Amino acid sequence: MSQYTLSSKTRTATFVLMGIGILALAYGAINKDISGTRFWANILLEGLFFTFIALGASFFMSLQYVAQAGWSAVLKRIFEAVTTFLPFGLIAIFAVLISSVIGGHNDSADIVYKWMQKSATIPGSPNFDEMLVKKGLYLNIPFVLIRTIICAGLWVYMVRQIRKRSIEMDLTNDFLPMHYKNVKAAGWFIVFFGITEQLMAWDWVMAIDHDWHSTLFGWYLFDDMWLTGIICIILLTLHVRKKGLLKEVNENHMHNLGLWMFSLSVLWGYLWFFQFMFYWYTNIPDEVVYFQARIMHYRLPFWIMFCVNLLVPLLILMTRDTKRNSKYLTIIGCIILITHWIDAYIWVMPGTLGVSPAFGLYEIGLLLGFVGLFLFVVLTNLAKVPVSVKNHPYLEESLHHHL
Amino acid sequence: MSKVFVHALYDDDDKLKNGARKVRALGYGIKEVFSPFPVHGIDKIMGLNRTRISICCFIYGVTGFSLAFTMIWYMLIHDWPVDIGGKPNYTWYHNIPSWIPVLFESTVFCAAHGMAITFLLRSWLFPGVSPKNPDPRTTDDHFLMITTAYTEQEAADQVNAAKATGAVEVKQVASNDSHH
Repeated sequence: MSQYTLSSKTRTATFVLMGIGILALAYGAINKDISGTRFWANILLEGLFFTFIALGASFFMSLQYVAQAGWSAVLKRIFEAVTTFLPFGLIAIFAVLISSVIGGHNDSADIVYKWMQKSATIPGSPNFDEMLVKKGLYLNIPFVLIRTIICAGLWVYMVRQIRKRSIEMDLTNDFLPMHYKNVKAAGWFIVFFGITEQLMAWDWVMAIDHDWHSTLFGWYLFDDMWLTGIICIILLTLHVRKKGLLKEVNENHMHNLGLWMFSLSVLWGYLWFFQFMFYWYTNIPDEVVYFQARIMHYRLPFWIMFCVNLLVPLLILMTRDTKRNSKYLTIIGCIILITHWIDAYIWVMPGTLGVSPAFGLYEIGLLLGFVGLFLFVVLTNLAKVPVSVKNHPYLEESLHHHL
Repeated sequence: MSKVFVHALYDDDDKLKNGARKVRALGYGIKEVFSPFPVHGIDKIMGLNRTRISICCFIYGVTGFSLAFTMIWYMLIHDWPVDIGGKPNYTWYHNIPSWIPVLFESTVFCAAHGMAITFLLRSWLFPGVSPKNPDPRTTDDHFLMITTAYTEQEAADQVNAAKATGAVEVKQVASNDSHH
């Protein structure tokens, strides 16, 4: 018996969470204070956060193929389950883009992507921004929409193909050619993703603060994707093991995943700090506006987020024993997920809501709604196929993995 | 009978691990194992203590950190406040962001070099040292386990254990052998 089943209790819980999310959406749509920028900014925030988890898992799954990694073979189904949320998150992001396109066309300032406002590029209008005219060759509405559709579409297509083939591998004895086909597909995905992830990081996140730019930002988001993806993989693995399935996964596999969580957290701190340090050091007005807005108006979440994200994994996950202990992994994983959500909040909010941060029932409700949707999609897809892998060239190695 | 060493040569790391397990199960200690690559889990089977190199690493890291800390404070603040790009230069803590790369690099430099040098000294590996490896085949595709025997009975026990676990070559070496 290696079939995960979504218990009716869990299913009900996810439906309750999704119900809360829908109520929050309805509340946000009728409340005059929320409908508008805050309404869409939060959808973008949740869309980004959960899409990035799925993207991180997609990248990690592909990496295992390309690197010919043996240890992770038994965890393949978990990676694949997390990737299945990808289209749902992308739809949320796309909806926000469309809402801003429509709002901007009607010259409304109450939109998420302020650069889409029509009058911002018309000389002589009060909110004219010369920078936007200069950036217009790259940052214009049709080009951004085309880029988004092509990138998102191809990501979803490629990841689904890899997952589909991987599931088919268990149904036949002649699985080796399929595996190598997947190695190739994963290689293409990594190359394509490595380039387009940068573009999407600029279009979806950096363009919120359209006057500011950073060449490091794409890498910083990439590390965030990878890290949150790994944490979800860890939590899901522990959940599945708690149900008595996936007995072949032992503390050595968890140790490896814990190592990823540790090293990616440190890399995240490194990238974050160096972006901050260079801007602090050069002190060029164009560049410091980004950190100025965050440090002045979002001071507490900004510093708490940085310190927790860097120090908690650094100090607690340093030793061997904590990485092999499911309790430590769960607690630290949850802490980092929450603080990375705060990090995502700080990407989106200062550029959209400006000097008045808002956090209320709407934000909490929408977050819970997305958590419910994410769990429902991922767990349903996990339950579709046996969680234990049957055919994989490196399965033996994975079963005897030892650290 | 004087002390002898039993040399058991294997051609497979799994057989080596089984041999080591068997010898340990009989109650004998393992003096040394030579292998062309790291054999996972052999340290546990041999009953080795956990390495203390991580403690060394921490100490070297703290040393590097303190060195850089003192150096920055003395050179750039205390002795002669250096004005670089108009950054605050009369206090240490106001300028922390610019110190962090130096502190980080110095910590990593001292930790890494200290650890490597400690390891090489502790394993007595540096240019000019005569090799301790008794059989050159262990640098290619063979694995050598050395156990110590004090009586004829012990030696026979260990030889049998090695043969039973598939050793390709077993020999007894007198303890005054210059290799040890």
